[in-house]
Amino acid sequence: MTRNPSRRSFLQTTGMLVASAATISLEGVEAFLQQAATPAGPYPDIDFLQLDSWIVIRPDNTATFFVGKTDLGQGTGTAFRQIMADELDIKFENTTCIMGATDTTPDQGGSGGSDALQTDGYPMRRVAAEARRVLLDMAAQHFNVPVTSLAVSDGVVRTTIGDTADREVTYGELIGGKKFNVTLSGRNVDATTGKAPLKSVKDMPNVGRSPRRDDIPAKVNGSQRWAVDMKVPGMLHARHVRPPMVGATLKAIDEASVKDVPGLVRVVSRGNYVAVVCEREEQAIRAARQLKIEWTPPATAPFPSSENLFSFMRAATPSSASEPSVVGDIAAGFASAATTIEANYDVPFQGHTSFGPAHAMADPSNGQLTIYSNDMKSYGMRAGVAQFLKIPKEKIRVVWMHGPQAYGRTAADDAGFEAAFLATELGRPVRVQWSRQEETAWDTKGPAYAVTMKGGLDAKGQLVALDYDARAADFNHVGYNEHDTVLISQLMGQRKTPARGRASYPSDKYGVPNRRMAGSVVPMPLAWETPVRMGNLRDPDGPQVTFASESFIDELAFAAKADPLAFRLALLERGTGDDAGFKRARSIACIKAAAEKFGWDTRPSPKSRGTGDIATGRGVAYAYRSETVAVEIVEVDVNRRTGHVWVKRIVCAHDCGLVINPEATTRTLEGGLLHSVSRALHEEARFDESKMLTVDWVTSPTLTHADVPERIDIVHVNGDPNPNRPDLRHYGAGETVCKPMLAAVANAIFDATGVRMRRLPFTAPRVLAALKA
Amino acid sequence: MAAINLLVNGTRHTVEVEPSTPLLYVLRNDLDLAGPKFGCGLGQCGACTVLIRGEAVRSCVRPVSQVQNVEITTLEGLAKSGQLDPIQQAWIDEQVPACGFCQNGQILTAKALLDKNPNPTDAQIRDGMKNTLCRCMTYYRINAAVKLAAKRRNA
Repeated sequence: MTRNPSRRSFLQTTGMLVASAATISLEGVEAFLQQAATPAGPYPDIDFLQLDSWIVIRPDNTATFFVGKTDLGQGTGTAFRQIMADELDIKFENTTCIMGATDTTPDQGGSGGSDALQTDGYPMRRVAAEARRVLLDMAAQHFNVPVTSLAVSDGVVRTTIGDTADREVTYGELIGGKKFNVTLSGRNVDATTGKAPLKSVKDMPNVGRSPRRDDIPAKVNGSQRWAVDMKVPGMLHARHVRPPMVGATLKAIDEASVKDVPGLVRVVSRGNYVAVVCEREEQAIRAARQLKIEWTPPATAPFPSSENLFSFMRAATPSSASEPSVVGDIAAGFASAATTIEANYDVPFQGHTSFGPAHAMADPSNGQLTIYSNDMKSYGMRAGVAQFLKIPKEKIRVVWMHGPQAYGRTAADDAGFEAAFLATELGRPVRVQWSRQEETAWDTKGPAYAVTMKGGLDAKGQLVALDYDARAADFNHVGYNEHDTVLISQLMGQRKTPARGRASYPSDKYGVPNRRMAGSVVPMPLAWETPVRMGNLRDPDGPQVTFASESFIDELAFAAKADPLAFRLALLERGTGDDAGFKRARSIACIKAAAEKFGWDTRPSPKSRGTGDIATGRGVAYAYRSETVAVEIVEVDVNRRTGHVWVKRIVCAHDCGLVINPEATTRTLEGGLLHSVSRALHEEARFDESKMLTVDWVTSPTLTHADVPERIDIVHVNGDPNPNRPDLRHYGAGETVCKPMLAAVANAIFDATGVRMRRLPFTAPRVLAALKA
Repeated sequence: MAAINLLVNGTRHTVEVEPSTPLLYVLRNDLDLAGPKFGCGLGQCGACTVLIRGEAVRSCVRPVSQVQNVEITTLEGLAKSGQLDPIQQAWIDEQVPACGFCQNGQILTAKALLDKNPNPTDAQIRDGMKNTLCRCMTYYRINAAVKLAAKRRNA
């Protein structure tokens, strides 16, 4: 039996599974299928050491997998089904997967770090393999034959020896309607294992195939129910009023100003947090617009203007510094250099600017609290809300549902906490919806970076010294649903010691004899209640770091009169820092694969200039993240008259080890590449000394259809130096591609025009000014 | 409050709301339609798109009183007799959506575009779709899916 996608969507989005003491009950699964009522709680943690927590097999020989991850549109849910179906030996089509409901699925932390397959895929495979082992034992008893004489495929076990050969029993007949009652081992969920070994990749028929993503049909035909669609009887609608000046203090609310708004239930305020709650959504929108509040401006400016940000960051006293990474003797390296160059690179704050503003619905029925949310880290929200509202965790469940693009935004899920607070205050279900202006201004931001690079070449043009010194505005990094860091608790005056943040270092395998990498963190004047709250924006700081390091490698290649791709290849070939994952060999393989696909012509940049309006150039950049390597080559058209840059071609060579679903991976990488093009060309959170200036899609532009590239080529590289290795690991895919793009675009603009862009984003006015300088 | 008569996906409805209420909230909250989404409330992104007389209209800035008794089509109403529209099918075949939140607007904007211009050039697709945003950046696949749908519709 195939669970169709709309059915499956229903399963995911309602999450109405009854949890028994510690595992999913079979009655619960079937009640779930019959759309039973919301369980009243309490909601204990799901025990990851019980096989029944992960896998249910029904009499009709279908299986449902329960995993503590969330699928943010990358197709991970489909990939989980592929690897678990293969380990279990059941038909892919006969499987379903339920994700991210805290009372239903074991806590695997939700999503983050592109680790769904790299980390969480392994316990999933091991529990599926264990289920297969147990089922084969059951079949051996059933037929009274040795396990070794049995064969299994598609959930059917068959005898193979002697007179009794060719008898069959299905998994569903063996266990359907019953529990495994098998205890697993492992000190944490990532280490969860049974006794069964994993299969060889060659015995996993679904791996490397591209079954279509099971979430897409419902998203295309309109039947998908999203977190924004959750409704229950008696539900109220809430909207916010935020301080008009950052750091302002609420002085007085004029409730009379909204007394004519129909359906107004209550104006809720605590500290500087203000919400209006109404019977209908449009009423709440009107009330939020109409409510008059007196605010006291802050005594000091919360931040410098975004125009003065980098001079501020370079002059500020750091709040912390990272331990420098040193190879060789950097001073001696520079002393031996024939040529030394230095450059500054500036990356502004960039917002998530999610397409759908923050939202959540909380239902306080039955003295419990259910939060329906697109929070990618639903388990973290459950723990955070329990601490925030000071109620036992067992009274709370968070049901993850599909939502708009997350990429780290919903790891600081403000709306979920706000809905939980308001529902508890009002004693009724409350849906919170942020406005566009609120989301663009007040979402979490990727930290700004100011980087100074210095390099020394010897007389032969060899890189002999390389220095990286970064200042990151990453003070008070939020993004893990900690109860005292989300916006509502900040506005209410809860304070904890701010997270120190970090300044990260380049990730490459270049062989440089003398190298230093150092970094420090600088704070903004206001640490709390600020719309430059740092959060995990897709990588979360690799793009900033790599923009500086990989732009500078190009500047060194120019100084050495070398081809920039050949210069990188030579640096990699000089490298000695090999590791168990063969990242250096895999980096070399990716550079070569990208160059071949692109048709790279070896020559120094910039190319000789033509005379027309359009100057064309190409640029390359490279990085790795964890175990995954990405090399990107772009071709750009730069309009000399307008400054407009069009990235018209992208080649990405990508090595994330074993690829489970090539088509889904390809699309995930395409999206990451283009998001990074948008960050390179358009995105900056702009502000004056009291408020954000980027508040909607006009003030905060993004890449559009108008500038979609003509062609994108993704090359999946298996750069393992031993291609015969039987069990290549599956690594993460998603965030690595976000790293090199900013530099690749800058390098291509340089190749086209001879102008070096060192400050993001490369907006048309900024490029035009640079061309005229 | 006033009684407002709407014709949505072939069905007539009467709702009691303020006449100035944007159509979007009535579709979502009163008629329980999940296709149109709230993205900006400013007519800038396209998440809330519906079809009215063949035009792609942004329902977040269209007062409900102005669209009485005209045929309104939402994403849910695009399939005919259980058959997906060729554009929806192209979206599945190209595996377009990532998160999928914007795809209501992408599909309906493409529908209005192709109904007016069955053979759009690449430049016409870029221009016709450029005000419908996608933050997962599925633009490359959308472009391919629009071309695939056009080809199949013309076959």
